[in-house]
Amino acid sequence: MHWFQHLIAPGFFQSTEVQVALIIGSAVAITSAVVGVFVILRGQAFLGHALGDVGSTGAAGAALVGIQAIWGFLTGGLVAGTAVDILSRRSREREVTTGVVLSAMLGLSALFIYLITQVSSTTGVTQEILFGSIFAVNRHLVVPMMGLSCVALFLIAFIYRPLLLSTISLETAQSRGVRVRLVSLIFLFAMTMAVEQSALVMGALLSTALLIGPAATAIRHTRRLGYTMLMAAGLALLDTWLGIMLAYNSFYWPPTGRGWPVSFFIVTVMVLSYILSQLIPQPQSKRAQ
Amino acid sequence: MTSEAAITFNQVHMAFSGHTILRELQFNIDKGAFVGVIGPNGAGKTTLIRLILGLIRPSSGTVHVFGSPVRRGKRQIGYVPQSFVADPDMPLRARDLVGLGLDGERWGFAFPNHARQQRIQDMLDRVGATRYADEPVGTLSGGERQRLLIAQALLTHPKILLLDEPLSNLDIHSGHEIIQLVAEIAHDSHVTVMFVAHDMNPLLGVMDQVLYLAQGRAVVGSVDEVILPEVLTELYGQPVEVLRINGRILVFASGEMVPLTHSESIAHGHALA
Repeated sequence: MHWFQHLIAPGFFQSTEVQVALIIGSAVAITSAVVGVFVILRGQAFLGHALGDVGSTGAAGAALVGIQAIWGFLTGGLVAGTAVDILSRRSREREVTTGVVLSAMLGLSALFIYLITQVSSTTGVTQEILFGSIFAVNRHLVVPMMGLSCVALFLIAFIYRPLLLSTISLETAQSRGVRVRLVSLIFLFAMTMAVEQSALVMGALLSTALLIGPAATAIRHTRRLGYTMLMAAGLALLDTWLGIMLAYNSFYWPPTGRGWPVSFFIVTVMVLSYILSQLIPQPQSKRAQ
Repeated sequence: MTSEAAITFNQVHMAFSGHTILRELQFNIDKGAFVGVIGPNGAGKTTLIRLILGLIRPSSGTVHVFGSPVRRGKRQIGYVPQSFVADPDMPLRARDLVGLGLDGERWGFAFPNHARQQRIQDMLDRVGATRYADEPVGTLSGGERQRLLIAQALLTHPKILLLDEPLSNLDIHSGHEIIQLVAEIAHDSHVTVMFVAHDMNPLLGVMDQVLYLAQGRAVVGSVDEVILPEVLTELYGQPVEVLRINGRILVFASGEMVPLTHSESIAHGHALA
C-alpha cells in the first residue's frame, strides 16, 4: 500500500475538515448535477451563472453582519431570482432582465467587499466568497446543507414530468393544464438552492461549474434522462472527491502550509474529464439508414 | 346549439389591448368532422385554437365543447403543436416523448409498468413510428417528429384533435403523409379534427368543412360553399378572386399577383402560370 500513501497525503481520512468537506461536497455535487441537466436542457446556463454571481452580494453582506456565508448566498440568490422572475413577466427579454439584475447586485457586491477590506486587514473572506471555502466550512452546517440538497432534489422530483413537458413544448404543457409559470418558478427555487450551495464549496465565480460541467458531459453520452442524471451525479462526485483529495495534498506543495483552492482542482478535473469525453464517440444510432 | 356540435362559438369577440383579433365568431363544428382552419398570417388562427383549449377567455361571447364551457387541461381535447424543442443531444427517446402524452401534466415521476409501455407501443405502431421509437428525438426529421406529436396527443383518446400548423416545417411529401394519417385516425376513432394550415390545397381531398378566417371574421362550410369570390370578398372586405387550376384553388385579392393564402411552392417560387 506504499503507492497509496504517496497518492493521498497523511491524515486525509482522520481530518474532521476533510470529512465535513467530503460529506458537503458530495451533497452539493449530486444536487448540482441533477439540477444542471434541466438547466442545460432549458437553456438557462446564463441565469444559473448569474445566480452564483449575485450570491456573492449576499455572502459579502453576511460577512459584514457576521452570519454564515451560506445564508447570505441563499438570500442573494433568492432575491435576484425573484427579481428576474417578476421583471421578466413584463418584458419577455429574460436574458436582458437577468443582465440588469446581475449588474445591480454585483454593484452592491463591489461596495460590500470594499467595506470588508476596510474593516478587516486580510483578503481571506473575499477569497472564500469568490473562490470557495470547503475546508473552512463549519461542521454544524452539515445538517442544513444536507437539508437544502434534499429540498432541491425533492422539488425536481416533484415537478419532473410537467417540467420536462414544458421544456419540450410550452404550448403542449399549457394545453394539458400545466401551470407553466408555477413550474418554472419552482424550478428557479431548486436551481437557486443548488447554485448557492455550490457557491459555498466552489465560490461565487465558479458555482456553475458543477452545475454545467458534469451535466453537459452526461447529456452528450446518454439517451435517457434518468441515465443522464445518474451519470452527471457520478461525474460530479468523482470531480469533487478528486478535487478535495488534491487540495488536501496541496498543503504540502509550495508555498507550503496554505493549500491551493479546492475549486481550482475540481474545475481542472472536470475540464479534463469533459475533454476526455469529447474523444469518446457518442452512442451511435441503432437505426438502419 | 345542436346536440351534434363538438365545438360551438357563440358571438365570440377577442381583443388584446384594444386591438381586435376576432370579431363576432358564430359557428358550430359537427362531431366527427375534419375541418381545415385556413387563413392568412395574423388572421387569428392560433387565437382560435387557444380559445378552444381554454388557455384564453373571449373578450365577450362563449365557447362550448360538447355542450359545456371550455376549461383548460381537458383530456377530451388533444393538441398537436407545430414542433418541439430538441437539440440532437436531447436525452429523450421517441417513446418517452410520446409517453408524456399519457400523464405529462401530473406531478412527480412516471413509474414504468407493463400496461403503460404497452399503451405507448400500441400508439407508436398506430402512427407508424415504431422503427425509430428508441432514437433520441433530436435526431428525427420533421415528419417523424410530427407523427410522435400526434401519437402523444392521441394517447388519452381525445374526442377532438387540434393541430396548429403541423405542415409548416414539412416537405410536401411528408405533409401529405401526415394529412393521410390524421384523416385515417379521425375516421377510425370518430375524432373531430381542427387542422390549421396556410394553404387549403393539400387538405382538399380530406376535409369535410373549411373554416376560413380573415380580418378577424370566419366563414364555415363546405369548400364549395365558402371558397367563392362573393363570400370571400365580403370576408376580406376587399374584392377577391378565386382561381381553380388543375384541382387546385388559389385565392387572390383582385389585381394582385400574390395569393392571399398559398402553398409554399407558390410563396417561394414563381409558379403562377
